[in-house]
Amino acid sequence: MSSSLPGPAGLDFSRVGKDFVVNGRGRPVLTGIDLSVAAGEVIAVLGPSGCGKSTLLRMAGGLETTGEGSLSVDGRPVRRFEPRCAVVFQEPRLMPWRTLHRNVAFGLPRGVTGEQARTEVEHWLDVVGLRDFARHRPRQLSGGMAQRAALARALARRPGVLLLDEPFAALDALTRLRMQDLLVDVQRTAGTTVLLVTHDVDEALHLADRVVLLGVTGKAATIRSVIAVPGARPRDRADPVLAELRVELLAELGVGTPTVHGRTQP
Amino acid sequence: MSVPRGALGIVVPLALLGSWQLLAGSGVYSEAQLPPPGEVVAAFGELAGRGELWHHLAISTQRVLIGFAFGAGGGLALGALVGLSRAANAALSPTIQALRAVPSLAWVPLLLLWLGIGETPKIVLVAIGAFFPVYSTVSAALAHVDPQLVEVGRAYGRSGVRLIGTVLFPAATPSILSGLRLGLAQGWLFLVAAELIASSMGLGFLLIDSQNTGRTDVMLLAIVLLAALGKLSDTLLGLAGWRLLAARR
Repeated sequence: MSSSLPGPAGLDFSRVGKDFVVNGRGRPVLTGIDLSVAAGEVIAVLGPSGCGKSTLLRMAGGLETTGEGSLSVDGRPVRRFEPRCAVVFQEPRLMPWRTLHRNVAFGLPRGVTGEQARTEVEHWLDVVGLRDFARHRPRQLSGGMAQRAALARALARRPGVLLLDEPFAALDALTRLRMQDLLVDVQRTAGTTVLLVTHDVDEALHLADRVVLLGVTGKAATIRSVIAVPGARPRDRADPVLAELRVELLAELGVGTPTVHGRTQP
Repeated sequence: MSVPRGALGIVVPLALLGSWQLLAGSGVYSEAQLPPPGEVVAAFGELAGRGELWHHLAISTQRVLIGFAFGAGGGLALGALVGLSRAANAALSPTIQALRAVPSLAWVPLLLLWLGIGETPKIVLVAIGAFFPVYSTVSAALAHVDPQLVEVGRAYGRSGVRLIGTVLFPAATPSILSGLRLGLAQGWLFLVAAELIASSMGLGFLLIDSQNTGRTDVMLLAIVLLAALGKLSDTLLGLAGWRLLAARR
């Protein structure tokens, strides 16, 4: 890639809150979010559905305005549709009239054209294992392939922060595991900062440096705890340390695991 | 089932032709009311032989093409404006809807008064006819582009004209194409309305002239020719659209 490649960026939330207006009345969704994401760090945001995880991510990408507090990428405030972030949504959201190649090219920064554009698109298609499908249309792909193309499109933007909004939630279990491993690979090679919103505890533990647990206290959701995940990636899914963290996180989310007390600890 | 679907489409016209022949020969109707198909073919030969028919066909086709070009162009422009801008929608939509409700023939006296009896009023009436279907489909298609795709466009740095060019118009293209076909069909409809009332040439004139001279064979010929021309122009436009869509399939 070119030498002007912008490196991974840090992401800072400072007292961030957000109200949703329902029937003319404001309903607080998020409040007092304080979080510093270092450049190159992978953060998983975990929480029960409807707690505002996606809203948090959408604010970071400038898809929604920040209600209160401030949000910045590398020290500069997040703008509307922040150009230093790239979002992968829960749905692939590819343009059905474009080939995969041109869908990935859609993510390229504005100045990248011609031969350089072609090389970069091919590079990212290669990274996500879709080199042979460059000329295919989105409807000719499986859900997992389409989501890989969406990831390539986001990476082609060379984002300072990669924002992933439950990107694997709609995939079948096996594809989801493969996509998680792919993301570990891609993140290692590209070194991107990642903010991943998920409701899957295993996914969070497999991918993240730190897991941010959101929970509702009072009326609005806020950060309940931040847990550093030990061990370098790629991680062993059967790691007993992760298994313990898993039980802990599930308990925080209100899911009991009765068998754990009867199990003999190694 | 080795019969191609194109061949299947010819069955009904042939059956209609057969029943027409039978009915005309049965004596239920007089020959002045329903001449047999042979008479119509003879009328075709007669008019074509005198060279008159080509003038009628050419002038009608020309009116439709010019009127359609203006009407569809206007429909595209205004439909895009109303479909893309909420302010323009709020400001213009009610007025256009009201104008749309005016039946085609109601425009004729006004157009004759303002524009005389030359080519202009006929072309304007065709343009009015072509405008509304194009306007409606284009504005609706652009206003209802999948908001998730629009959000992707914005999230990936597209706004304004670039958003329209890369997301909104491509997403609306299939609907826009069918709107153009509807507009063309309605253009032919309005053409006949224009030519029936004030003209000395064209297929509509042929209709009214044959009524005045009691030439039912010519009348039927004009109807058959209108059907053929309408179908032909629609097929050509459909093919052009199909090629456009196939290029990106």
